[in-house]
Amino acid sequence: MNEILISALLVIGSFFMLVAGLGMLRMPDLLLRMSCSTKAATIGVGTMLLALALYFENLGVATRALATICFIFLTAPVGAHRIGRIAYLVGVRLWEGTIKDELKGVYPADACLPFGQECLIPDMDAPEVGADIEKEAD
Amino acid sequence: MILQTAINYIVFPLLSLTFVLGFIRLFLGPTLPDRIIAFELMSITAAGIIAVSAIVTDEAVLLDVASAWAIISFLSVIAFSYYIEKWRGRP
Repeated sequence: MNEILISALLVIGSFFMLVAGLGMLRMPDLLLRMSCSTKAATIGVGTMLLALALYFENLGVATRALATICFIFLTAPVGAHRIGRIAYLVGVRLWEGTIKDELKGVYPADACLPFGQECLIPDMDAPEVGADIEKEAD
Repeated sequence: MILQTAINYIVFPLLSLTFVLGFIRLFLGPTLPDRIIAFELMSITAAGIIAVSAIVTDEAVLLDVASAWAIISFLSVIAFSYYIEKWRGRP
């Protein structure tokens, strides 16, 4: 009975990990990909660590497993938030179907510099780099 | 018996497939943050693989490896984002 429960938890966890991998490959946008990897992978690893805590019927192992679960649940959103903010500032291309962008216009236009592509923070009416210099030359 | 069969035929293949999918995104990813999140997914998958290996080999010590691995993965993500933020101001 216990073995069946552990097997079920492991299979559910690995299924969630597979969903995270599929989302990572198939989603159109960095932020959507990040939501997949954060949520699904976190719940997958949490379920697998729960199975591990049930397998070793030992208080120390169960405590460490629960501590690891808590750590992953706390740190995954922090890392995702940090990378999402940096990606927005750097000007990563958003999906064309994006309908709501609450950070639009919050950051100043010169807060972003691209990774070898044009800056795509929306609603940016900043003059092109070097435009004022050309005017002065005229 | 059920546990061994499930791990051998379902859990390890699914986790390996996840690893491969993450690696494809790491290879394709158009920008640097894409590659960072693919790397994060791969490292979390590796933590899961270590946890399953602890069940297979019946060694509880591997759980410590998994938790240390999770800590290092989080720190690497924070370090990557920190250096991108510092690098952002340069042309």
